[in-house]
Amino acid sequence: MDGIFLQQMVNGLTLGSVYGLIAIGYTMVYGIIGMINFAHGDVYMISAYLAAIGLAVLSFFGVESFPFLILGTLIFTIVVTGVYGFVIERVAYKPLRNSTRLAPLISAIGISLILQNYAQIAQGPRQQGVPTLLEGAMRFDVGSGFVQITYTKIFILIAAFVGMGVLTYIIKYTKLGRMCRATQQDRKMASILGINTDRVISYVFVIGAAMAALAGVLITMNYGTFDFFAGFVIGIKAFTAAVLGGIGSLPGAMLGGLILGVAESQFSGLINSDYKDVFSFGLLVVILIFRPQGLLGRPLVAKV
Amino acid sequence: MSKPILELKEIDVYYGPIQALKKVSMHIDEGETVSLIGSNGAGKSTLLMSIFGQPRAASGQIIYQGTDITHKSSHYIASNGIAQSPEGRRVFPDMSVEENLMMGTIPIGDKHAGEDMQRMFEMFPRLKERRNQRAMTMSGGEQQMLAIARALMSRPKLLLLDEPSLGLAPIIVKQIFATLRELAQTGMTIFLVEQNANHALKLSDRAYVMVNGEIRLTGTGKELLTNEEVRNAYLGGH
Repeated sequence: MDGIFLQQMVNGLTLGSVYGLIAIGYTMVYGIIGMINFAHGDVYMISAYLAAIGLAVLSFFGVESFPFLILGTLIFTIVVTGVYGFVIERVAYKPLRNSTRLAPLISAIGISLILQNYAQIAQGPRQQGVPTLLEGAMRFDVGSGFVQITYTKIFILIAAFVGMGVLTYIIKYTKLGRMCRATQQDRKMASILGINTDRVISYVFVIGAAMAALAGVLITMNYGTFDFFAGFVIGIKAFTAAVLGGIGSLPGAMLGGLILGVAESQFSGLINSDYKDVFSFGLLVVILIFRPQGLLGRPLVAKV
Repeated sequence: MSKPILELKEIDVYYGPIQALKKVSMHIDEGETVSLIGSNGAGKSTLLMSIFGQPRAASGQIIYQGTDITHKSSHYIASNGIAQSPEGRRVFPDMSVEENLMMGTIPIGDKHAGEDMQRMFEMFPRLKERRNQRAMTMSGGEQQMLAIARALMSRPKLLLLDEPSLGLAPIIVKQIFATLRELAQTGMTIFLVEQNANHALKLSDRAYVMVNGEIRLTGTGKELLTNEEVRNAYLGGH
């Protein structure tokens, strides 16, 4: 029992840290332009393909040591996915900046469908896979059972937390971060102070896509397989995490991701894995009943 | 006569179907302190915001240092030396005083940031006490000081101030106007929008009076202080 609990805790934190990375994209975009970017899950899906392509190309050129392989893949995936984020915003959302709130939402659903179909046509409908990069695991005996942590999971946890740490630092302490927060808090005033708010919004989309790309590489490492539809479920989960933590709040997205990941893993380990999604979304409903603004969100106050 | 730093030529501004500014023409010379007085809803704040293109003038021209900026983006205008402390202060509620001040340095970069921040803290000691406090937790007067200080952080050539006295205790109003007088004496060009006509006219070289989106009167500060119409309408008739 203890062994299972600890094992699921580790699994949950790994999964949750990746949910958190994707949730960052939802929450930052919502914070800055008040829109749910329904294509974000599919940007993650694209990054999974890019990760596989990056790995294949690097192996083709004879790169075999894990650090170079993973670093090269990460850089390639993050850069190209960032370009996707940038282009999607420019093409699908920016022209609709001053229209009704519903218009960019529908545009996002359109982009989501386009990306899915594009991946399906370009890469085929079958599942794709990558080989395991990091072999081996650590084993600890706990009571009557044991806990096994693969090196891949350890790597994922470290990489995800480093990613979140770097982003938190950027948002809190750099000029770019201040410009993002200013644009989020009062876009008109930000422009009067000399900030090119359109550019800041582009940056936010690129940051969100980059975080999704990091998640894409990490999940691909862990599970090894993905397909053109992979972005849907994980996108919905990450969105749930963002709402759970309080949409618009950066620490909220990370916390929401971790809570959701742990809750889901514990439920499937201790009770029933078939109903884990029911439990996750049920948890969301319960939390929203008691805290409609999410765990770390601020209640919406009308400006006077 | 020195050359105008800012010139508005017959600008019309609309909010949807409603015309907020009607053929407004005015100019501000380098080094001058000019004020715009008028009652609530006359279009004073709209005029200040339309200098930044928000909302944009439907017709007419806005010339800044010889360049037509009528159709330029707000951030372009800000990065060329116009700063504004806007209506409602609009400090960033979730940022500390220091972070808010740093937002003022965007047009010029942060090379003078430390030195300028010290100057602001000397000018407004209250801000120094609250340097790490979030702006939303501060009083209206403190927020007003912060909004003015933030505008000054960009070392503007032209400072636009929208009702710096609004809702403040008389002693703080006095303090803020004393600060503005000091700034004017350093040669800064100031364009002040005020309902508090008495204070504004005393401070200003020249002034415009706005009624229903139109410039009704113009003259030196002294002339307007003694003008019958202005006295009755804006100075409480005594």
